[in-house]
Amino acid sequence: MNPRNLGLIYRRELKSFYTSFIAYAVIAVFLAITGYLFYNLLATFSVLSFQAQANPMLAKQYNLLNVNETVVRPLFGNISMILLLMMPLLTMKLLADEKKSGTMELLLTFPLRDTEVVLGKYLACLTVLATMLAGTVTYPALLYLWGRPELMPIATGYLGLFLLGAAFIALGIFTSSVTENQVIAASLAVGMLFFFWLMSYSAVFASPDLGRIISYLAVNDHLQSLAKGVLDTEDIIYYGIFILLFLFLTLRAIESGRWRG
Amino acid sequence: MIEVEGLTKRYGSHLAIDDISFSVAKGEILGFLGPNGAGKTTTMRILTCFFPATGGSARVAGYDCFEDSMEVRRRIGYLPENVPLYVDMKVDEYLSFVAGVKGVDAGATADRVARTMHECGLEDVSGRIIGQLSKGYRQRVGLAQALVADPEILILDEPTIGLDPNQIRDIRKLIGELAGARTVILCSHILPEISMVCGRVVIINKGRLVAIDTPENLARQLHHAATIFVRVAGPAEDVVAALGGIPGVREVEVEATHGDGANGYVVAVDEGADVRRAIPPVIVEHGWDLEEIRAREASLEDVFVELVTSEVAA
Ligand SMILES: Nc1ncnc2c1ncn2[C@@H]1O[C@H](COP(=O)(O)OP(=O)(O)OP(=O)(O)O)[C@@H](O)[C@H]1O
Ligand SMILES: [Mg+2]
Repeated sequence: MNPRNLGLIYRRELKSFYTSFIAYAVIAVFLAITGYLFYNLLATFSVLSFQAQANPMLAKQYNLLNVNETVVRPLFGNISMILLLMMPLLTMKLLADEKKSGTMELLLTFPLRDTEVVLGKYLACLTVLATMLAGTVTYPALLYLWGRPELMPIATGYLGLFLLGAAFIALGIFTSSVTENQVIAASLAVGMLFFFWLMSYSAVFASPDLGRIISYLAVNDHLQSLAKGVLDTEDIIYYGIFILLFLFLTLRAIESGRWRG
Repeated sequence: MIEVEGLTKRYGSHLAIDDISFSVAKGEILGFLGPNGAGKTTTMRILTCFFPATGGSARVAGYDCFEDSMEVRRRIGYLPENVPLYVDMKVDEYLSFVAGVKGVDAGATADRVARTMHECGLEDVSGRIIGQLSKGYRQRVGLAQALVADPEILILDEPTIGLDPNQIRDIRKLIGELAGARTVILCSHILPEISMVCGRVVIINKGRLVAIDTPENLARQLHHAATIFVRVAGPAEDVVAALGGIPGVREVEVEATHGDGANGYVVAVDEGADVRRAIPPVIVEHGWDLEEIRAREASLEDVFVELVTSEVAA
């Protein structure tokens, strides 16, 4: 792999995210929704705090009055859900649009490796994701005005959110590689992501062994532990494998598209 | 420079090209001619390593298009049929991107891009968004994109399709100038385009190669190549009989009948026979009026129609 080629694809793709206003739209909507959710969580928390002053029984429920437990962790849960809906909008055009507009024909006849093309596009999406998440750092920062949230769960939570988003993007690139229709690419991505998400519900009903497997495969269960501040290599490996698998499948899809003509 | 042998491509069960072989020498401009759906684009896509062939081999500059595709791709500038460009980029930005991807040194990129824009007449629009350019200018950007890394080989798939006559002329002129020492394959179904700039022509139809030669040789080879047109005032049947009796005449056809009794006749002549001089005395002998006589060269168009239709009939 040639780093210069990777950089060229990356910069072109990233720039096109901004010149086409896709990045602005996605980032703005994302921050608006997450901001609203944060505001609600904060309002609930302050109501609870007021009630606790009057009601010592409530005050004893330590968890409820822990800002990490009542605001930060649900916030991460909310953000992850919004990511699930927004990431496919970011990734849907990546390859589908190149195929539809015919630019794929030039791209694939330039002296570039398919891995350079896919990774360059992937990294451009990661950059937009990082920008989105960076925008949300204001929320936990605001918490410092009123309290002292623990830092570790916030840091590992962000790591978890980034890995989760990175996994969503990998899956999104894959669905974009199997069709030339952006709407189909996005729908497939949302569908598959929900499947990986809702899997954890089935874990409850399955036998214990199967339940553990299902719950390991579910994409959001790994975020849960990271958001608690538990930095487990198992979770990180899970996301790593998820990402590599879908990037690999993307390369296979491009390759097989070549053979089909 | 380019060697194609027994090339075959199937889309599923559909045979798009079937056992095509030809070669292009260094510096040659080869015309690739065929009607819609003949398999021109398919062949070019194999040569440019967009997809592999189902059978046969294609070599460019000694490298196999499948085995050493990177080496091949580095040497080719390709203008695909529908000129796909990134419509949200500016012209100079796009050309710099292509130059970079094709391995032009970072230091030399700006210079190469400026030179290419100059060659293709793009200086005035260098800062414009590609999506907002007219079709003719987009075509130029497509050409510039193919040329920007100064490739040895240029593959142009129908470069003048969809342009107005003025722009067609400009682009053809540009292609003629830019070919330079490069090896060029020019696909088209427009005959004058090919006969104007190409030294040799490959004609394909329904995926099969039907002819390969210089435009002149093709015209000469054509069986009905030599025809003579005469206009005579006289009874049609008698004139046909009289003309048919001249040695060397293969066939006489009445082309147009006029009320004034002067008809046009197309006289097909055997190769090498000198019939033109034998015609006037015969006409005069019968007491008819010879109003017009001229030789008709077969054009590439005749060759094309002949080859393609005879193929269909076969
Ligand atoms: N991706 C594809 N899948 C299936 N069939 C295809 C595909 N591309 C081309 N074909 C078929 O292969 C044949 C050759 O097509 P090709 O595009 O090479 O023709 P062409 O000579 O370039 O025609 P045109 O002058 O219209 O551009 C056609 O019958 C076409 O329908
Ligand atoms: Mg074509």
